[in-house]
Amino acid sequence: MGRDLEKYLRPEVKSTPFCPGCGHGILMNLILRAIDDLQLRMDEMLFVSGIGCAAWIPSPNFNADTLHTLHGRAVAFATGAKMFNPKLKTMVISGDGDLASIGGNHLIHAARRNIDLTVICANNMIYGMTGGQAASTSPLGALTSTTTEGNIYRPFDLCKLVIGAGASYVARYSVTQPVSLIEAIKKSLTIEGFAFVEVLSTCPTQFGRRNRYDSPTDMLTMLKESCISKQEAEKLSPEEMQGKVITGEFSYGGT
Amino acid sequence: MRKVLTGNVAVAYGAMLSDVQVVAAYPITPQTTIIEELATMQADGLVDMDYIRVESEHSAMAACIGASMGGARAFTATCGQGLFLMHEMLHYATGARTPVVLANVNRAAAAPWTIWSDQTDSVSQRETGWIQLYCEGNQEVLDTTIMAFKIAESLRLPAMVVLDAFFLSHTSEPIDIPDREQVRDFLPPFDPGDLWLDPNNPRTFGGITMNDAYMEFRWQIQRDMEKAKAVITEVHEEFARVFGRKYHQVEAYQAEDADVVIVVSGTVASTSRDAIDLLREKGQQVGMVKLKTLRPFPREEIIETLKGKKKVAIIDRNFSPGATGIWAQEIRNALYELPEGDRPLIYGYIAGLGGRDISVKVIESIYQKTLKDNRPDDVDMWIGVNYV
Repeated sequence: MGRDLEKYLRPEVKSTPFCPGCGHGILMNLILRAIDDLQLRMDEMLFVSGIGCAAWIPSPNFNADTLHTLHGRAVAFATGAKMFNPKLKTMVISGDGDLASIGGNHLIHAARRNIDLTVICANNMIYGMTGGQAASTSPLGALTSTTTEGNIYRPFDLCKLVIGAGASYVARYSVTQPVSLIEAIKKSLTIEGFAFVEVLSTCPTQFGRRNRYDSPTDMLTMLKESCISKQEAEKLSPEEMQGKVITGEFSYGGT
Repeated sequence: MRKVLTGNVAVAYGAMLSDVQVVAAYPITPQTTIIEELATMQADGLVDMDYIRVESEHSAMAACIGASMGGARAFTATCGQGLFLMHEMLHYATGARTPVVLANVNRAAAAPWTIWSDQTDSVSQRETGWIQLYCEGNQEVLDTTIMAFKIAESLRLPAMVVLDAFFLSHTSEPIDIPDREQVRDFLPPFDPGDLWLDPNNPRTFGGITMNDAYMEFRWQIQRDMEKAKAVITEVHEEFARVFGRKYHQVEAYQAEDADVVIVVSGTVASTSRDAIDLLREKGQQVGMVKLKTLRPFPREEIIETLKGKKKVAIIDRNFSPGATGIWAQEIRNALYELPEGDRPLIYGYIAGLGGRDISVKVIESIYQKTLKDNRPDDVDMWIGVNYV
């Protein structure tokens, strides 16, 4: 992380809590870049997170109010805080297991209400902290500690889910697309209403080592190769789309 | 066959040897290796079961209840916050008379966050109608898991196997693995009788009851919980006949001639045995009682064991804010009816919350304080707390 962003970190925080090669460190940096670009004041922000690796992006690292809540409940806690103090820029940062699995109901209902929250979902396709169990976002066939012969269930398309529930702003980028991702986070912080950014991140420790991505670089390369734009996707056949993920903005201003 | 296993893997062996048919679970530290081991056992063909990683602990217990109502032997494992999230379903499992077995790895409650051990999660489920079986070591964990199915299914009440986080869940010990065929003889397949979701005999379950019937449903639970004391003893005895290891709801150690009896549960029992041995070497008249069952509470056995003792020191790795430790409450309640001469003084101690170590030294200090004080303090003594 650039030295210029250290002003956003708690002085007593000495290092990131993430495994070597984890994509969440990149995301942590990009969120602070977006905040810095917008010149937001940390004393006018609230960061809410649930349980899991991604919940450690803001907590305890960001030098603002950080609220580390129960597993799955970050959006519900944030809803209460935002209702009572609407001036607070309230950002939820948590993982796929937290936001979309155990907390899935809160996510869709917050989107339906279109409450003015920013939700950043760091999707690493697995339960990282507990040791690599299959998540609701694990790809078909993924090897995890609970699917040793391959995951048999389809993953969520989180962006479609949240659009269907009525969110104002929905985007998906990978940590390998930092410039677009910073712009998306900035929009998610400035737009009125419920904003959701799905960030494709990497978990070399739990996902990579079980699925033949032998180094953190291999995982980043995989993301780089699989992420394509809507325009690129239109030119591909269904066979060619296998293993690809469409990134971009899917909903802007409630349209 | 002997193997070196952690407490969590011992649970998985217990469930596998019990030919569990449905497992629905959600990951949570420090329980997760139980369900990981079961997933591996399934993939290796060691157990023929349906396995699903559901979206929350609430769903895990709901799925187990559904499976159990369909006539399956259902199992899940959780801890701490996961058990709190299951709470609503725990009541339902009892009311629906589904003998689901759950392994709970004792983990302290948030906030602030912690993953270390204390009993707040399981004692908070005291009123749900679950049989609760606490374990001291990993052999007991494996054996209790098998026995839990037998106890639960014969009473149609759910049962919880309780083990301390990390002290057992992630600590390895040499374990005797029971022979599978012997376990099958000991624990035949679950027979739901005529109370299950039988497509050939459709009935309605879970409908509304009016105030002329609800109390009777509750009374049946209470009646069978009382019956459970004898059932648990029978199952302990049968297990001892087949496998040669005997367990007790109330186990006394050096308590016969003791002036001070220390009452414990879970892994603190092992440490207490060492403390008692050391104190006995120094000529102290001290003994120990290990409690295995919180529900049903073994009232009669407790009265019998502690009657006439001078002082009883209860170590609670849990507490009820505004009241006392849970085991202390239960024991005071049980002993109250003894005549004054037979009724011991009860000293309550809160120790080891959030995984703080309860060492031999801590137990010795508890003994010394109990010995020295003529009367118990008005409130439980908190051991090793830096009062701020």
